[in-house]
Amino acid sequence: MNLKIIKNTKIWFTISITLVVAGLLLFMVKGLNYGIDFTGGTLFQLKFEKSVKLSDLNKDLKDMSAKYKELESKKIQISEGNVVLIRTNAFEEAQKDNFLNDFKAKEGKFEILKVDKVGATIGKELKWKAINALLIGSLLIVLYITIRFEFRFAVGAIVALLHDLIIAVGAIALLGYEINTPFIAAILTILGYSINDTIVVFDRIRENIKKKSKKNIGDLIDDSINQVFTRSINTSVTTLLAILAVLIFGGASLRTFITALLIGILSGTYSSIFVASPIVNLLEKKEAK
Amino acid sequence: MKKSLLVNLALIAVVLGLAVWFAFLKPVRLGLDLKGGVYVVLEAQDTKEAKVDNQAMDRLVEVLDRRVNGLGVSEPVIQRSGDRRVIVELPGVKDTEEAIKVIGKTALLEFRLLKSDGSLGDVLLTGKELKKADVSFDRLGRPQIGFELTTKGAKIFADITKKNIGKQLAITLDGAQQTAPTIQSEIPGGKGVITGSYTVDEAKKMATLLNAGALPVKVKMLETRTVGATLGEESIQASYKAGIVALILIAIFMVVWYRLPGLIADLALLIFGIIAFGTLNFIDSTLTLPGIAGFILSVGMAVDANVIIFERLKEELRLGNSILAALDAGFKKAFMAIFDSNITTLIITAILFALGTGPVKGFAVTLTIGILASMFTAIVVTRVLLKGFIYLFKIENPILFGVRR
Repeated sequence: MNLKIIKNTKIWFTISITLVVAGLLLFMVKGLNYGIDFTGGTLFQLKFEKSVKLSDLNKDLKDMSAKYKELESKKIQISEGNVVLIRTNAFEEAQKDNFLNDFKAKEGKFEILKVDKVGATIGKELKWKAINALLIGSLLIVLYITIRFEFRFAVGAIVALLHDLIIAVGAIALLGYEINTPFIAAILTILGYSINDTIVVFDRIRENIKKKSKKNIGDLIDDSINQVFTRSINTSVTTLLAILAVLIFGGASLRTFITALLIGILSGTYSSIFVASPIVNLLEKKEAK
Repeated sequence: MKKSLLVNLALIAVVLGLAVWFAFLKPVRLGLDLKGGVYVVLEAQDTKEAKVDNQAMDRLVEVLDRRVNGLGVSEPVIQRSGDRRVIVELPGVKDTEEAIKVIGKTALLEFRLLKSDGSLGDVLLTGKELKKADVSFDRLGRPQIGFELTTKGAKIFADITKKNIGKQLAITLDGAQQTAPTIQSEIPGGKGVITGSYTVDEAKKMATLLNAGALPVKVKMLETRTVGATLGEESIQASYKAGIVALILIAIFMVVWYRLPGLIADLALLIFGIIAFGTLNFIDSTLTLPGIAGFILSVGMAVDANVIIFERLKEELRLGNSILAALDAGFKKAFMAIFDSNITTLIITAILFALGTGPVKGFAVTLTIGILASMFTAIVVTRVLLKGFIYLFKIENPILFGVRR
C-alpha cells in the first residue's frame, strides 16, 4: 500500500474542519436532547394490553394536567409492542401512584415496565461530573503521551480526540436522540478508542524515527501510516461488528449509547491517520525551521 | 525454548482453571436493569431537631438495613455515598412501589403538647427513645399501636406527664397527629398506646416501621428507579443474542483474514471470554446492561492486540524470515504498541470508575477487565497456542498465515 497522506494534508483538514464546524453548530444551535438523568423528571415506560393512539394519550394527559401539575411538561413516545414512554416533571411518590391509577382507568390496563425519577440536583451534578471526567481524562492522556512519546504527539492525539468527540456529539444532536447517563460512558469510550487507535499509529512513527532513516519526517510518517493501515481498518471492522450486533439486538435503551460509539469509532479511525499524524508532521516541521 | 512453552501452557491452564471455577462457582449478580427491582438515592436533610452528621448517617444506613430485611430481598445493597447520601439497591423486588414506600417512610414518632389553640407545641420526645412497638386491640377490638420507651425515654415521659396533668399530649407520626389523649396522671413505666382509625394492616405496618426504627434524620428521595421483571428478562435475552452474534462475526472475520493465526485468535477469544467472565464473577461485580455492552465492545477491541501482532507477523514473513523467527519478532515489536494503547484506555476507565455512578461504574469495571484479559490472551495465550501448533504440526508454509511468497 502506498497512500500519500501528508502530501494531501489540506484535503483531510478541510474534511475534518467542515465536520467539526458542522458538529459545533449543531451542538450550539440545535442543542442536545437531554433526558431526565440531566434535567430531572419522571420517566414512565408502560406496556399496554391494547394498542393505544398517540392523539388519545396526548388529549387525556392534557385533561389530567389540571389535577397533576407534573404533566405540564410532557413528552410521549410510542414504540412497538404497545410500549409507551412518557416523560414528565418529577412526580412525588404518593402522587405518582394516584396518577398511574387514574391513567389506567382512562386508557386501559398496562404493565409498568420501568419508572425512573431523577431530582434536578442530581442532573446538574451529572453534567459537572461528565465535564470533569473529560478534562481530567484529557489531561492525564496528554501527560502519558508526553512521557512515552513527545509533547507534539500529545497535541496531535488531543486534537484528534476533540475532533472525534465533537463529531459524535454533533451527530447525536442532529439525530435528536435523548441522552442519559450511558451517553457519558459512550463519550468516554470514544475518548479511549480514539487515543488507543492513534497510539498504534504513533508507535510506528516512533519506531521508524528511532531507525534514523534518511528520509524527511513527512515521508517517514507516510511510511508508518501505510505500515499500520491494514491493522487500523481491521480493528475498526471487528469493533464495529461488535457494535453492530448490539445495535441490532440490544434493544432501544442502548440506542443513543451505541450510535454515539459507532460514529466515534469511525471518526476515531479516520482521525488517527488523517488528523493526528499530519499534525505531528506540521509541529515537527515548525520546530525544524 | 520448549521448556518455556510448557511453563506458559501450565500458566494458561491454571488461569483458565481458576476462571472456569469462578465463572461457575456462583450465579452472576445481575443488576436491576436485568433482574428488575428498585434503585433509590436518598439524601439526608438538616432540620431544627436533627442535624445530619456522621453518626446520624451510620444510623440511617442501619435503619434502612433493618427495613430492607423486612422486605425479604436476597441481595440488597445499602451504601453511603458522600456525606449525606445513601444508595439502596433492591434487585428482584416484585412490588417495587411498596418497597419504595417502606424505604422512604420516615416513621418519625414525636410527642408534643397541644397548645390551647389546638396547635402543636415543641417536640418533647422523639422515636429515638423507642424500645419497641406492637399491635394491640382496645376494648372495642379496634387495633392500636402499643409502644414501650427506653429507660431514658421513660424517665422523660414520666417527667412530661407529671408536669402537664390535664393537658393534651399529641403523638405524631411523620408530622401527622395520630392521637392526643389528655394526661390523667403521671405515667412512670414508659408504656403507652397510639390510637387512631387504623385497619389491622395499617397498624401492623406502622408497628413494623417503628420497630425498624424511625429514620434519625429527614430524608428526601433524590432518585428512584424501578424496573419490572419483564423488561429485565427481555434485556437479558437481547444482550445474550448480541454477544453471540458479535462473537461469531468477529471469529469469521479473523479466520478469513488471518487463516491459521486467526483460528488461534478465535480460540484465544473463547479463553478471553471465560477469563473475563470468571474475573467479573470473582470480584462480585454486578452485571448491568451498559456493562454487557462494555463487555461485547471489549470483545471487539480484544482482537485488536491480535490484529497488531498478526500484521507484524505478516510483515516479518514477507521479509523472508522463518516462521518461528517471524513469530518472535512479531510479538516483540507489537508489544510496545499494545502496551501504550491499552494503558491510555485504562486511564479512561479509571476515571469512569472514580467519577461515575451506578451503571457507568459497572461499564468501567467490565471494560477494564476486558482490556486486561485481552492483553493476557493476546500476548501469552495466542503466542503459546500458535507456537504449540507450529511445533506439533511442523508448519512451514507461510500461506497458512495469509502470506504468499
